[in-house]
Amino acid sequence: MSVYIESGNIISPLGFSTEENYANILSGRSGLRLHTDSRLSDVPLQLALIDDALLESTFAAVVGDGSGFTRFEKFCLLTVTSLLKNSSINISSPDTVIILSTTKGNIELLESRESYDPRRLHLWHSAALIAKHFSAYNKPLIISNACVSGVAALVVARRLIESGKYNNAVVVGADIISRFIVSGFQSFMSLSPEPCKPFDAKRDGLNLGEAAVSAVLTRTKLAGAEQQIEVVRGAMHNDANHISGPSRTGEGLFHAIKDALAGDKVDFISAHGTATAYNDNMEAVAISRAGLNKVPVNSVKGFFGHTLGAAGLLEAIIALEAMKDNRLIGTRGYSEHGVSEAINVIKDTGRHEVNSLLKLASGFGGSNAAVLLRKTR
Amino acid sequence: MLGDGDELFSLAGEEFAVFAKAVYKSLEIDYPKFYKMSNMCKLGFLASEYLLKDVNIKEKLVDRSRVAIVLACKASSLQADIEYSKTMGEIPSPALFVYTLANIVTGEIAIRHGIKGEELMLVQQEYDKEQLSDYVSTLIDEGNTDFCITGMVDYDENHHYFADVCLLGR
Repeated sequence: MSVYIESGNIISPLGFSTEENYANILSGRSGLRLHTDSRLSDVPLQLALIDDALLESTFAAVVGDGSGFTRFEKFCLLTVTSLLKNSSINISSPDTVIILSTTKGNIELLESRESYDPRRLHLWHSAALIAKHFSAYNKPLIISNACVSGVAALVVARRLIESGKYNNAVVVGADIISRFIVSGFQSFMSLSPEPCKPFDAKRDGLNLGEAAVSAVLTRTKLAGAEQQIEVVRGAMHNDANHISGPSRTGEGLFHAIKDALAGDKVDFISAHGTATAYNDNMEAVAISRAGLNKVPVNSVKGFFGHTLGAAGLLEAIIALEAMKDNRLIGTRGYSEHGVSEAINVIKDTGRHEVNSLLKLASGFGGSNAAVLLRKTR
Repeated sequence: MLGDGDELFSLAGEEFAVFAKAVYKSLEIDYPKFYKMSNMCKLGFLASEYLLKDVNIKEKLVDRSRVAIVLACKASSLQADIEYSKTMGEIPSPALFVYTLANIVTGEIAIRHGIKGEELMLVQQEYDKEQLSDYVSTLIDEGNTDFCITGMVDYDENHHYFADVCLLGR
């Protein structure tokens, strides 16, 4: 029994639909901008932020009255509402579960000068709000596993559908960028002052970004579609090494890749590729250990920045769109190979037959995840 | 297929710092990293120490790349988040920021016991053992996991703490 993924919806600085995002990527446009407003940081920063005015007007047009919802809640409600316009599933059905993937949810409220209901800081509150809004039958599942959350959500959704517990899952991944998050990454000195350079010799850190992404996973084949995309298999493994630095031997990621592939071939790898010195090298080591040196690999964080709880899902959907289009997207920011292993980093966007892809993610806590997506006949 | 659901550790009430130190000392282990951990991580660490001290349980975990950790919490890392946010005005602390994620506790347990299997952190409004065990069943059925440390580890913003972990297996 197979589990399929329908196209998702993407809300990001590059557009409020998957189509718009993909078109902008093909044109080489990035959502990263230099931000100088001191709300988030005392120093100028490269960030990919969703425009507030556009968010407000789109929310009003698509969902309804936005007053009373936080920015994070609006992200989630907007992406799912947009998603459902293009999906035939019934989100309120007993055979459907909502899965929320986020690292910090409404943490921005801690900085609020206005009074707020402290329960709103809880991720379960956000999930319950979403479930209630869409009259969900089942209790939502909430995954908060650092930056692997988005990929983990795909893996968990697939397992729950395959086990027969549900027929459909609506997976939502979102995070907003707050001073809390920015200051934290600054304290780690992991932010680059420039647009990030994944796998590049001169890479010097990541950029933060925002996105809200959702997708439908289902056991039901899409009627009339020539081609389905199957979520074949996935895995999450811990390095058991360090809580904030990745394992130099790529331990957990190597295991995740091995389990996700289970001996299958793969045509393309969408890496985590944050452009920090350690992450990109670790990924290269893991990819190399898995014998995948020749497989084209990219990172799209040069277009979106690191979108935390949304990242895995966002990048999987973009990779999926490119796969359907038989195209490989170039790694924006990459020019000179700068990792210890000879892996095949894609520099320029171009046509290429792609029938299967592996989406990778790594995160604090020593987390690593991989999921295999494949075209079926 | 699922068995060994021995509830090991259920505690709440006493001021955590006092409690945690007492438990740590009673375990007679030497693990200096313990003192750097957030309260949530200390809680999860101690709960897993008790679980894995049991020789009957420990002897089952031969291949630690096939041992999983699937936990749930209610408050995520909110208590640690609030502690970190207090440093934001002056000098944001990386030592505190690193603990502002729900899943760091899983990482600490994995590091301590060399557990390299599957891992996951869920958030639940109320402790839902069924949601956890349903998921753990699917994980074990898939074939790469033999045992799973699972349960709830929760340390909330009001310093209420609760841990209930057990080992599920084939």
